[in-house]
Amino acid sequence: MSAPVTADPDLVPPAEREGVRELHRQLDRVWRDGPGLRGWLMSVDHKSLGKRYVITAFVFFLLGGLEAAMMRAQLSRPENGLIGPDLYNQLFTMHGTTMMFLFAVPVMSAMGLYLVPLMIGSRDVAFPRLNAYGYYVYLIGGLFLYVSFFLNVGPDAGWFAYTPLSGPAFGVGKRVDVWAQTITFTEIAGLISAVELITTIFKQRAPGMSLNRMPLFVWSILVMAFMILFAMPWVAVDSQFLAMDRLIGTHFFNQAEGGDALLWQHIFWFFGHPEVYIIFIPALGYVSTVIATFTRREIFGYPAMILSLVATGFLGFGLWVHHMFATNIPQMGESFFTAASAMIAIPTGVQFFCWIATIWGGRPRFATPFLFILGFFAVFIIGGLSGVMIASVPFDLQVHDTFFIVAHLHYVLLGGAVFPLFSAFYYWFPKFTGRVLSERLGRWNFALFFIGVNLTFFPMHLLGLHGMPRRIYTYLEGTGWGSLNLLASIGAVTIFVSVVIFLVNVARTLRNGELAGDDPWGSSSTLEWATTSPPPAYNFAHLPVVQGRYPLWSRPLDPPVVTGLRTDQRELLITTLLDAVPDHRHRTPDPTIWPLLAALATGVTFIALIFTPWAAVIGGVLVAGPLIAWGWGKPKPGDPVVTEGIK
Amino acid sequence: MRDWLQSALQPAGPEAARVHALWVFMLWISIIVFVLVLGALAWGTFRRRAPGNVTIGEGSPGERGMKRAVSAAVGATVLVLFAFLVFDFSTGRALTARRTPAVQIEVTGHQWWWEVNYYNAVPNRRVTTANEIHIPVGRPVLIRLNSQDVIHSFWAPDLNGKRDLIPGKESSLWIQADSPGVYHGQCAEFCGYQHAKMAFIVVADRPDDFARWYAAQADTASTPTDSLALRGQEVFLSSPCVMCHSIHGTPAGATLGPDLTHLASRRYIAAGSLPNTRGNLAGWVLDAQGIKPGAKMPPNSLTPADLQALLAYLGTLK
Repeated sequence: MSAPVTADPDLVPPAEREGVRELHRQLDRVWRDGPGLRGWLMSVDHKSLGKRYVITAFVFFLLGGLEAAMMRAQLSRPENGLIGPDLYNQLFTMHGTTMMFLFAVPVMSAMGLYLVPLMIGSRDVAFPRLNAYGYYVYLIGGLFLYVSFFLNVGPDAGWFAYTPLSGPAFGVGKRVDVWAQTITFTEIAGLISAVELITTIFKQRAPGMSLNRMPLFVWSILVMAFMILFAMPWVAVDSQFLAMDRLIGTHFFNQAEGGDALLWQHIFWFFGHPEVYIIFIPALGYVSTVIATFTRREIFGYPAMILSLVATGFLGFGLWVHHMFATNIPQMGESFFTAASAMIAIPTGVQFFCWIATIWGGRPRFATPFLFILGFFAVFIIGGLSGVMIASVPFDLQVHDTFFIVAHLHYVLLGGAVFPLFSAFYYWFPKFTGRVLSERLGRWNFALFFIGVNLTFFPMHLLGLHGMPRRIYTYLEGTGWGSLNLLASIGAVTIFVSVVIFLVNVARTLRNGELAGDDPWGSSSTLEWATTSPPPAYNFAHLPVVQGRYPLWSRPLDPPVVTGLRTDQRELLITTLLDAVPDHRHRTPDPTIWPLLAALATGVTFIALIFTPWAAVIGGVLVAGPLIAWGWGKPKPGDPVVTEGIK
Repeated sequence: MRDWLQSALQPAGPEAARVHALWVFMLWISIIVFVLVLGALAWGTFRRRAPGNVTIGEGSPGERGMKRAVSAAVGATVLVLFAFLVFDFSTGRALTARRTPAVQIEVTGHQWWWEVNYYNAVPNRRVTTANEIHIPVGRPVLIRLNSQDVIHSFWAPDLNGKRDLIPGKESSLWIQADSPGVYHGQCAEFCGYQHAKMAFIVVADRPDDFARWYAAQADTASTPTDSLALRGQEVFLSSPCVMCHSIHGTPAGATLGPDLTHLASRRYIAAGSLPNTRGNLAGWVLDAQGIKPGAKMPPNSLTPADLQALLAYLGTLK
C-alpha cells in the first residue's frame, strides 16, 4: 500500500493533496464521537474521557481546597466558634478522602489515559469501553460522597476511618458507610485505569519504541499502574470488611469477638503507603518530561531513572508500619520499617541528582512549566527531609498525629505532586485545547502558590513540635498556638488567590488565548507534539515509527510511518511487549451507551448496599443486563473474525 | 521559655531529652543537605553558559564529570542515611531499656477523658483520679495504657513521645520529669467528636509533696461539716450524678464518668478544657453540652439553691 508519508496536505505534492484530505475525512468519520448529547454520553475516545476525568478530578481538588480553607478559618484563632466539632470532623474527613481518592489518584490516571496513547503513537487505549465505565463509576462515587455530605451524612471518622471509631458501636448512622462505599467506587475506577494503562503501554507502542526507548513519563505511568494493581485491592477488601462489620455483623475488627482493631490499620496502610507513591511517581514523569523540553537536553542517566522508579515502586510496599509506630509494635519489627523508609530516599535522591545534572548540562528556559518544576525541587526536598526524620521511631513518636505530619505530608504531596501537576497543566494545556496559557498569569500563579504553600505549611512543623495534635477543631488560648495558626491561615488565603488566578488564566485562554500549533514549546521530544493541538479523534493520520528515546529530536525529515491499518473501521496496531515489533491489527470497539448504563446500575447497587445486603442479589441482576448488552453483537461483514497477524 | 509546657522542643525528662538530641542532629543534617542540593540546583540552573549550540545527551562534554558528581552524591546520601540509622537505633534502644518503676500508673482512655489508677500492693491504698497525673520528680514512672472504647493516644511531649491506647491491647510508656512543674498533654489519635477536648496534665512533685498528695488521694471523702455542703451532698446523692460518678466514702460508686472523690484538688475540669473554678464548675454541671458538645455529661436542671449547695459540697472534695 502506498500512502503519502506525511499527513499534512500542505506538504505533499498537489496531485496527492486530495488523497490525504480524503484519508483525514475517512478517519474522522470512523473515530469521531457521535453528534449531540447522545454521542457525548456514548464516547469511548480516550481524549474525551481523559479530559472529562481531568476536569472532574480538578473540580474535586477545588472542593477539597474549599474544605481546607474552612478548616484554616476555624483554626485561625484559639477557641474560635466558627465551626463546631460535628462539621469540622466531617470537613477533614471529606478533605482527606477527596484529595486522596477523588483528586490525586484519579487525576494522575486521567493524565495517563489522555497522554499515553498519544505519547506511544496509538489511536486509543486498550479496552475503551471499560475506560468509559471506569470514568462513570468514579464520577458516580464522587457525586454520591458530596450529595451525602450536603445531606449531612458526610463521613466523619477521618479519611483513614480507624476501627473501632468507624465500627458499628461508635460510628453510628450511615456516615462511615458512605465513606466505605465511596472507596469501593474509586477502587473500581482505579483498578480499571491500571489495567488499561498497563495493556496499552505493553501492547500498543509505536513500532520501534522498545522498552528501552520508552519516554520516562510512560515508564512512570507504568510503575504507577502496577502499584495501583497491587495496592488497591487491599483497601477494597478493608472497606468491604468494614461495611460487612457494619451491615451484617461480621466481627473482623471487633476485638471482643475475636477480631482485631489493629488489623484495619495494617491492611489500610498496606494500601495507604503505596498510595502516596501512586500519586508521586506519575509526577516524577511530568518532571522528567518538562525538564527535557525546557533544558533542551536528554535526561541524564535514563537507565538509573527507570531503575529508581521501579525501586521506589517496590520499596513503597515495605513502609506501611511507619504509619503505626505508636501502636506498640515490637521495636525489632519497627526498626526494619525505619530502615526501609530511609532506604527509599536513595532512589529519590538518584532522580534528584540526575535532574540537577540534566539542568546543569542543558539550557534552561524559564517558562511557567519549568518554574513549577523549580518549585517542586524546593518544596519537595523539605518534605523528603522531614520524611527521613519521621522514619525514626523515637522522633516519630513525638510528632506522629501532630501538625508536624500535616506539614510533612503537604510538603510531600503538594511539592511532589501538585507542583508537577500544575507544571503539567501549563505544559500540556496547549495539546488539550489548542491554546497556550498566559505566561504572565502563570508566573503570578506560580509565585503566589509557592509563597502560599510555604506560608501555610512551614509553621505547622513548629506547631506540631510545640504539641498541637492533628484533627482538633479548637485549642485553648494558653497553648500559645494562635499566632502560627494565623500565619498558616494567611498562607491558605494566598493559595486560594493563586488557584483563582489559575482559573482566570484557563477561562481567558479558552476564550481568546494564543493558538498553539502542533508544538508551541518548539523543543518537545515526545510524539504527542507530532500531531495537531488538540489532536484529531484518530490521534495520528499515519501512526509514527520511532527511532530513539526522544523521537521528535531524532526525527528524520521524511519520517517513516505505519501503513496498512484499515481506515474504514477502528483498528489499532498491536506490537510486541519488549521490542514493539508490529504483531497484529486489532479491531477496537465503537461508541456505545452500555458502559454508562452499567455504571449507573453499579452505582445503584453500591448505594443500596449501604442499607440492605439484598442489594447484592438484586444489584447482581441489575448490573448483568447492561454487561450482557455491552458484549452483545455479531461481527459486521468485513470485521476480522480473529485479529490478523502482520507478516 | 514558654509558660505552657507542651512542647517536644523543651524536654523536661531524660526520654524527651534523648529524642530532642536526635532531632537537633537530624535538623542540622537536613539543613546542610537542603543547602547543598538547592545550591547545586541553583548553580546548574543559573550558571553562565558558553554561547552556541549544545550537544544533547550521551557523549556531550561534561557527561563524565556529571556521572562522577551524581555517583558521589548518591554515595554521600547512603552514608548520611547510615549515620542517621545508627543514631536512631541507639536512641530507640535507650528509650526502651528496662528499669524498675518508682510508680506504676494505669491510664485508661474514655471518650473523652482519662481515667488514672495508681497501683498499690495494698488494695485500699490504690488511688483513682482523672485527667491529672502526679508523679515524683526524678523517678522513672511506668504508664500502662488501655482503652475502654476507641483508640486514643497518650502524649505529654515534654516528657516522652506518644503511645496509642488500643482496646484489648495493653501498651506502656516510660516518663520521668527532671524538675517540678505542670506538663500538658492531650489525646493525639482522633477519637471522635470531642477529640480536641481530651487533654490532661502531668504534675511533677517533689517526692515529699508527691507522698502527701498520694496520701490525701488515697483517703475517702470526708463527710462535710457545714450545713450547706451537707445539703449539697444530699443533692448529689439524689440526682442523676450518681448514675455515672463515684465519691468514695459515700454510696455513689458508678464508674462511667470520672471519679470525683477529690475533685476539688484538681486544676482542670472537663478533661483539661476549663480551669477548675466555682463558676466553670457551675456552668459544666448545668450545661456541659454548651461547653463540650457531645460529651457524655447530660445537662442538669437544678434550682439555684440546690446548685449552690452542690457547688459547696464539691468544693469540699479536696
